[in-house]
Amino acid sequence: MTDFTMEKDAEGVATITWDVPGKSMNVLSMDGAAELDALIDDALADDAVKGIVITSGKPDFAAGMDLNVLAGMKQGGAQAVFDGVMSLHHLLRKIERAGMDPKTLKGGKPIAAALPGTALGIGLELPLACHRIFAADNPKAKIGLPEIMVGIFPGAGGTTRLSRKLGAMAAAPLLLEGKLNDPARAKAAGAIDEVVADPVAAARDWVLAAQDADLVKPWDAKGYKMPGGDPWHPAGFMTFLGANAMVMGKTMGVYPAARALLSAVYEGAQVDFDTALRIEARWFTQVLMNPSAGNMIRSLFISKEALEKGANRPDVPDQRVRKLGVLGAGMMGAGIAHVAANAGIEVVLIDSTQEAADRGKAHSAGILDKGISRKKLTEEKKAQVLSRITATTDYAALNGCDLIVEAVFEDPKVKAEVTAKAEAVIPADAIFATNTSTLPISELAKASARPDQFIGIHFFSPVDKMALVEIIRGRETGERAVAKALDFVRQIRKTPIVVNDARFFYANRCIIPYINEGIRMVGEGVNPVLIENAARLMGMPLGPLQLVDETSIELGARIARATREAMGDAYPDEAVDAVIFAMEKAGRLGRKAKAGFYAYDDAGKRQGLWEGLAADYPRAADQPELTEVQHRLMFAQALEAVRALEQGVLTDIREGDVGAILGWGFAPWTGGPFGWLDMLGAERAVEIAEALAAHHGDRFAPPALLRDMAARGDSFYGRFGTQAAAA
Amino acid sequence: MTDAYIFDAARTPRGRGRRDGSLHEVTSLALSARLLNAMKQRNGLDGHAVEDVIWGNVTQVKEQGGCLARSAVLMSDLDERIPGLSINRFCASGMEAVNLAANQVKAGAGGAYLAGGVEMMSRVAMGSDGAAIAVDPALAMKTYFVPQGISADIIATEYGFTREQADALAVESQRRAAQAWEEGRFAKSIVPVLDQNGLVILDRDEHMRPGTTVDDLAKLKPAFKDMGEVMPGFDKVAMLKYPHLDRIEHIHHAGNSSGIVDGAAAVLLGSREWGEAMGLRPRARIRATAKIGTDPTIMLTGPVPVTEKVLRDAGMAVGDIDLFEVNEAFASVVLRFMQAFDVSPERVNVNGGAIAMGHPLGATGAMIIGTLLDELERRDLSTGLATLCVASGMGAATIIERV
Repeated sequence: MTDFTMEKDAEGVATITWDVPGKSMNVLSMDGAAELDALIDDALADDAVKGIVITSGKPDFAAGMDLNVLAGMKQGGAQAVFDGVMSLHHLLRKIERAGMDPKTLKGGKPIAAALPGTALGIGLELPLACHRIFAADNPKAKIGLPEIMVGIFPGAGGTTRLSRKLGAMAAAPLLLEGKLNDPARAKAAGAIDEVVADPVAAARDWVLAAQDADLVKPWDAKGYKMPGGDPWHPAGFMTFLGANAMVMGKTMGVYPAARALLSAVYEGAQVDFDTALRIEARWFTQVLMNPSAGNMIRSLFISKEALEKGANRPDVPDQRVRKLGVLGAGMMGAGIAHVAANAGIEVVLIDSTQEAADRGKAHSAGILDKGISRKKLTEEKKAQVLSRITATTDYAALNGCDLIVEAVFEDPKVKAEVTAKAEAVIPADAIFATNTSTLPISELAKASARPDQFIGIHFFSPVDKMALVEIIRGRETGERAVAKALDFVRQIRKTPIVVNDARFFYANRCIIPYINEGIRMVGEGVNPVLIENAARLMGMPLGPLQLVDETSIELGARIARATREAMGDAYPDEAVDAVIFAMEKAGRLGRKAKAGFYAYDDAGKRQGLWEGLAADYPRAADQPELTEVQHRLMFAQALEAVRALEQGVLTDIREGDVGAILGWGFAPWTGGPFGWLDMLGAERAVEIAEALAAHHGDRFAPPALLRDMAARGDSFYGRFGTQAAAA
Repeated sequence: MTDAYIFDAARTPRGRGRRDGSLHEVTSLALSARLLNAMKQRNGLDGHAVEDVIWGNVTQVKEQGGCLARSAVLMSDLDERIPGLSINRFCASGMEAVNLAANQVKAGAGGAYLAGGVEMMSRVAMGSDGAAIAVDPALAMKTYFVPQGISADIIATEYGFTREQADALAVESQRRAAQAWEEGRFAKSIVPVLDQNGLVILDRDEHMRPGTTVDDLAKLKPAFKDMGEVMPGFDKVAMLKYPHLDRIEHIHHAGNSSGIVDGAAAVLLGSREWGEAMGLRPRARIRATAKIGTDPTIMLTGPVPVTEKVLRDAGMAVGDIDLFEVNEAFASVVLRFMQAFDVSPERVNVNGGAIAMGHPLGATGAMIIGTLLDELERRDLSTGLATLCVASGMGAATIIERV
């Protein structure tokens, strides 16, 4: 396999082309790096070569490092990671120095990077080591260093080079937020040098004309000073002082990568460039060896991609949706219609009145208008998308639909009615899906004449923003229905998980105990500030009380009543209901009512926790330790995930982890509930759960599966993760 | 073990720590040397009379760098065999110099010491010596670093002090300082700053704003609100450390925080035998000294645990102390001290403090020991305790007892 090839032309330009066979995008492997290293040596040693252009044989430059390489390095321990990273530093440093005399800085060969399209991760770090970066004028291309998003940071010199090139402040959005830019914005941000029609031609011209001084990076020249000041420059001091606080505030202190990145920049800024690279490598090694990084890479990258590509798709022919019927044009129905139309699917959006149907279509127009105001969309595109949506009250319009998604009121009778009405007109082989979030699929399927073609497709709100779609197999749901749902989700570019039918499916099943545990603590007199902050400090995006305010306390109360009715005497959440029903009675229904566990101003802006809580639920004299509150909130979710696996609701722990992060924001730094339990270890998890059960009730009793794993010393990914290699 | 005694204490007046401050024209070196000369003259310290000069100073760069203590000795009329030691325990540096000296005397390592400190805040900007704890991500994040003003506001939030209480304390500090000057209570210790011609540069604390009212202070904007709530958002860092807090109450401002000033202070300590040989009369005994490390985020709560410690070490109770000097770094620090020990404001900082007169970082610790001793003598009381909060989460305390 050859990833890199080199051609030398008569004018003395050696063009190195990166084109990994059998892949649509280039990724760098250690073998690839060795090939590139050898070609650079060859070109630098060859007197006939005047300069080098590095480009790609594909429409894009590169997607980054092959994450399996990182996983492999990690197997060898810290020394192997450090050595591997240092070997990349040597290669890139060789390119940067390009054979020049280290004292006079003369005699090097110009090396330019020509990027036809997207350049991410090492795909930008390699160009950053070159002397000039030319990118094609391709507005679709994404250029940046997204490593931080998967729990690591740019570790092949990107951190050191960008922070030295731009200064800590200007580099922060690129490094700490992983912000991706199109070529024009990347140039404005200082990440690349030129945006041109033909980057290879421009790069060739440049290397042929370049002078010695053009090859010297500022940090290799005498008198280099970090833009914006190093940490001991008064301005730089303030930058670093503020950066620490901002990173702490943004990451809640739970993401090791952001801290390590900042340390690499701070320590690196005080030494020469080569020493700075070594420092960067040491911090990168530490982060990669941290289980959080491995778990994040696994869930947010490897597993997510596998699920999106249909890891659990039954082997049936292509089921892509051509014409979609959406029943119910409320918030959810309208959102589903929008994302489908946006993905090029014809949509019939039905509601009981034309006015309601039109309102649903207007929702789509609203989202598109926002895109236009942000200059991400054109009027033309808006017209196209809207033209695909037919808003009507006429069920006959569903004729020819190959998929129906029902999103009417959560009432089995109403749902049964519309199911029958739709099935009367749709083709016999059409799949019927319900977007219920609370009602059992197998029960709803009874209203269908074709239960094997009946399935649950559960979207999250707001539909256009939430990446997860939960597909629920009813008792009789057939394989083709599953494939249909998966193909549809793929069309609309969201991430699917497939679960079996049980009360609240997977996501809500875990979210509800989380919210309930928070409410329960309010009833116990735990300081609500502590409850909310404990959750945030674990990396939950919203505390349980804020979450229930957002999703509506009214809905919570309704679910509680229905659950209580369904469970009868076994109902375990009396203590929760006491609080939630009282809130409901007081009209504190959540954010929409501008009153809930939080107080809101007239504009609906959250003002902090409602002070009246202290009167209704007097603060207990003994407040729990932070860790205990955190354990309660996290185990409420994680143990439910284990039960879902134990009961066969989940069949793939990757879905459990990806679904938790994308569905309800489960502490992403953990890689998901199963990743988190693996970090703790089953034995420790059982210990904590038992202690919680002893103090707070049986809902925390460790499930048999977890006990068994503790007894055997198993981990979830060790036992269930055969297809899901840890990074 | 030998006892350590205070034979003399003196200080310069405190100049406003700005370009228009009277002492701005004086170097740290010159101010230190002139005060050392005054101590020599007042006590006849000819020849190798003392073992060392221990000089507290926080921002040890530029003219305050390079072991200023040694430079000051060489610049002064003291014998060159007296070496000079610069030390830094932030705001307690001057106190730590006294305590180090006292404890060496106790241990028999030398008969006497000159101890004190200097800080020319108008000339060497606070913070200009850098600090890893503020910027090194590894430590700043580990310790949940926030600037001191935020810490002072956290104290107010945690212990329930209001802006009104803080402002009232500040007004009282101004009133007491003005009265003390009016009645000449500092006369014994003030060494006017003279130029090389003997002309007076400053002979009175010039930071004071006598007549300040609560209404005046109510007009001031909180100084640390923006950095806490907006950029870069230190309140969030505080919340990570103290998750039971909903918000930080930003009650501090320039009027209820210590003033930035220039100044120096010195204390002459020695054994009874040394005093007898020199013909000097001891004024007070160092009864006990203590230092302690505390939570670095809330940072400024040190006076409470270090007072508990020094009392325990001395076998004393709060009730045994006649007067307290608690450095007024921020109003909440003093409010917290009085709350924790339930001591009457009538026994704390009776002649005002750093809110009125200013806080020359490296000197203050020695300065308040001198102030305390003068007042014990004036009131003919026996025992006093001085304490300071210290950056990065420390505290220091000294108990003195008249003899």
